[in-house]
Amino acid sequence: MATAESALHNATAHDHHDHEHHDNFITKYIFSTDHKMIGKQFLVTGIFWAIIGGALSIIFRLQLGFPDMELHWLKPLLGGWIDEGGKLDPNFYLALVTMHGTIMVFFVLTAGLSGTFSNYLIPLQIGARDMASGFMNMLSYWLFFVSGVIMFISLFIETGPASGGWVVYPPLSALEQAMPGSGLGMTLWLISMTFFIASSLLGGINYITTVINLRTKGMSFSRLPLTIWAFFLTAVIGLLSFPVLFSAALLLVFDRSFGTSFYLSDIYIGGEALPNTGGSAVLYQHLFWFLGHPEVYIVLLPALGITSEIIATQSRKPIFGYKAMIISMLGIAILSFVVWAHHMFVSGMNPFLGSIFMFLTLIIAIPSAVKVFNYLTTLWRGNLIFTPGMLFSIGLVSFFISGGLTGIFLGNSAIDIQLHDTYFVVAHFHLVMGSASFFGLMAGVYHWFPKMFGRMMDARLGYIHFWLTFIGVYMVFFPMHYIGIAGFPRRYYSWTNFEFTNMYTDLNMFVSAAAIITFAAQAIFLFNFFYSMYRGRKAPMNPWRSTTLEWTTPVNPGHGNWPGEIPAVYRWPYDYSKPGAAEDFIPQTVPLSATPESNLPHEQELVKLEKEIIAEEEAMLVADETKTV
Amino acid sequence: MYGFLIAVGVLLLLSIIWMVYRIQTLVSVVKGSDKKVVTGSNKVNALMFILFLVGAGGLMFWYSIKEFDNYNLPVASEHGVVTDQLFWVTMAVTGIVFIITHILLFIFPYKYQYSERRTASFYPDNNKLEVIWTVVPAIVLALLVIGGWRAWTDITAPAPENAHVVELMGYQFAWEVRYPGMDNVLGANDYRLTNASNVSGVDFTDRNSLDDFSSPVVYIPKGEPVLFKIRARDVLHSVFAPHMRLKMDAVPGMPTRFWFVPTKTTAEMRAELNNPEFNYEIACTEICGRGHFSMKREIVVVEPDEFRKWVADQKPYIVNNPALVADLPLELKELAEITISEYK
Repeated sequence: MATAESALHNATAHDHHDHEHHDNFITKYIFSTDHKMIGKQFLVTGIFWAIIGGALSIIFRLQLGFPDMELHWLKPLLGGWIDEGGKLDPNFYLALVTMHGTIMVFFVLTAGLSGTFSNYLIPLQIGARDMASGFMNMLSYWLFFVSGVIMFISLFIETGPASGGWVVYPPLSALEQAMPGSGLGMTLWLISMTFFIASSLLGGINYITTVINLRTKGMSFSRLPLTIWAFFLTAVIGLLSFPVLFSAALLLVFDRSFGTSFYLSDIYIGGEALPNTGGSAVLYQHLFWFLGHPEVYIVLLPALGITSEIIATQSRKPIFGYKAMIISMLGIAILSFVVWAHHMFVSGMNPFLGSIFMFLTLIIAIPSAVKVFNYLTTLWRGNLIFTPGMLFSIGLVSFFISGGLTGIFLGNSAIDIQLHDTYFVVAHFHLVMGSASFFGLMAGVYHWFPKMFGRMMDARLGYIHFWLTFIGVYMVFFPMHYIGIAGFPRRYYSWTNFEFTNMYTDLNMFVSAAAIITFAAQAIFLFNFFYSMYRGRKAPMNPWRSTTLEWTTPVNPGHGNWPGEIPAVYRWPYDYSKPGAAEDFIPQTVPLSATPESNLPHEQELVKLEKEIIAEEEAMLVADETKTV
Repeated sequence: MYGFLIAVGVLLLLSIIWMVYRIQTLVSVVKGSDKKVVTGSNKVNALMFILFLVGAGGLMFWYSIKEFDNYNLPVASEHGVVTDQLFWVTMAVTGIVFIITHILLFIFPYKYQYSERRTASFYPDNNKLEVIWTVVPAIVLALLVIGGWRAWTDITAPAPENAHVVELMGYQFAWEVRYPGMDNVLGANDYRLTNASNVSGVDFTDRNSLDDFSSPVVYIPKGEPVLFKIRARDVLHSVFAPHMRLKMDAVPGMPTRFWFVPTKTTAEMRAELNNPEFNYEIACTEICGRGHFSMKREIVVVEPDEFRKWVADQKPYIVNNPALVADLPLELKELAEITISEYK
């Protein structure tokens, strides 16, 4: 076995440094099979969608914060959706809410985050030449691209895009008579999501295969950086849950177009009684949330992985409780599949199920709490360097706490009766999943930008970007807790119809103003990102003095990542500030036998074993050489 | 003209920002700060965390206290008192965790900011600590869950026999309120019977439906159990009565229910809030289309005597519109006509 593996390594090594790849523009930038380029493609596409998704939210925040504002100036963009009086159409308001959710959850935080960093980092951090299947990887991006094109087109059709909320519950989404967005817009939504699901499955299979099979010599699972653990588990979750969303969508297609009654029953709409009976609208909710809840962790786990890595590096300290972190992530991954019905406490499902899911839901809070405590302990007595990546990571931990704690309210079915579908929920998930994951994405971009583009982003602009965004996000979402406790329901076009919601115009105005400022502040990032790509300071090989493998590649890694042989790994990825060591970090590629001064007692024992293995390897190398000669 | 001026202003501002950016980049190159591990910014960022902690924390306390009466809705149902209590207990527990963790999270960056004279302590794990902070949250959460579970079981238990039944049917975009009449049993319904004069699709071949009546408001007695039978006829809706702490989805093809005991009449609540305009309201909390934000029904809570009197005064569907029973089989039609004549 060992012989076969090392032979393989040699073969690929020769393959890569003996001849240069000559890519033309199309194979290099468009139909690339190189994981680094595909990662960047996901990133840039994700940024594009983030701007669209953010802009949509600004339009509906204008409606909520400044209901009397005349929006004539948006007419060139929105056309008929702005009426004669300059008011936003209520149907289009719902379309905006729906598209904002869909775009942010799937296109930005799933594809933009997982797609970018799983692709970019997995081969670099485990020591692989590329993904297991470069072609599948390319296909994954292009299916995502097609999915995006379809969704983008749906924004501009006459009846508007899908408008039933990002969860698109039937019957609303199944019946064209129910709202204009349930016509062609919904059809396009379903087609787009089908492509998206295929894309994320192809990606997921690739990530899993790569992590299992292509780790370099010595890179055991117990030496994987937490980023890789996070991407790996994310891919597993996605692989198990996305097909269920597909089945939900497929049955919805049948109900919409082929007259079946999976979700439809006893409906009288538009002056006629429909023939459908026997279906269950709640069935859709079960299927949807069987993806929908794991989806929360699909967007969050990669962000937590990225944060773990950055916090350890910039604290110059090993991550506290490496094993506990892995166990927590495993726990979250498993539990994420058995909590879905906490989104449905008041959906009319059997209350007994509500009890069960309440218990399961609050169990998932435990591994999350463990992660927070471990982050805090990692910071404790560290030597903290506030790079923009580090700032965003600390920001993420803050959001994870704030939004996580409100989850304890919502996971309690008795309390959820009042809070369900109010702004409290909006505040909760925007902090814990939206903003936290977004901060993970930002942290990752700032941290790995030097690797991606060989140049540094401007740190000062990064600081300004962070503080504006961090304060801005809290100013947008924290007040929503008050609005939610007061009982304001979600997805309301206006508040004036009800006495109990006919207040807080000031607070809503404040939230909208904060949202606009926060959104505008992202321009700083965009400038920094694109400017630094071409004009930024040249990056050194290991700018953060980090231990992981990606920083052993050249500043601009070529095809195959390492020009020579793939380095072997001899230690875990968190040897920061090890007592006795000369520097405050020891890369994973430094053998234990080379650092007797800093080895811990149990590591000293491993040295002997390590020496034997190295000797064996060398003997084998010599044998190989003689064979080829 | 204004547009032009604004454009010029924005351009000027952008170019100034651009200049500042270039200058500070050049200065940092001259100072060689790109070669250092940290620059002076590290201290500024560390300090910012403290400022944020104090500033945002202060803002939170100030606003939470000042606005308490605004966001804390008065409660008017028996189970609502229980769920409110659970809410505030959870708030206390999570609030403490929130404050402590955030103090640590923002003080550590200040206290342990980078210094060349110091090295971070190599502290990779401590199983005792891990066990403690696994077990303690587990116990606290278990306590919270058990409280919630008991309340939930009580709330969702079958309604008492004597509960007053009210049917709420959601449709785009209103609620239809139907009362079972003197027999307290709702007549059967079939969505295929729905038409302009029979909004709820009541099946008048069912004798129980003969005394059913509809009402523009939800009229209920104080201190007695009320059972909402909830359904929808087109898309999902959700009955939300915020002061009653009541919420339940209305699902086409799957009737749902929620029972509760109101504890304050509308008049009492008006006196308590010193607001003569006050009304209990029902809103929709499940996205249902264009008019989602306008599905309002008022609830009027009255003393039980008054309620009984009100029920007796109401006229059944068939009295208001005898055409509804015109096509019934002879036997039932006679029965219906007797009912109609009784009310006249």
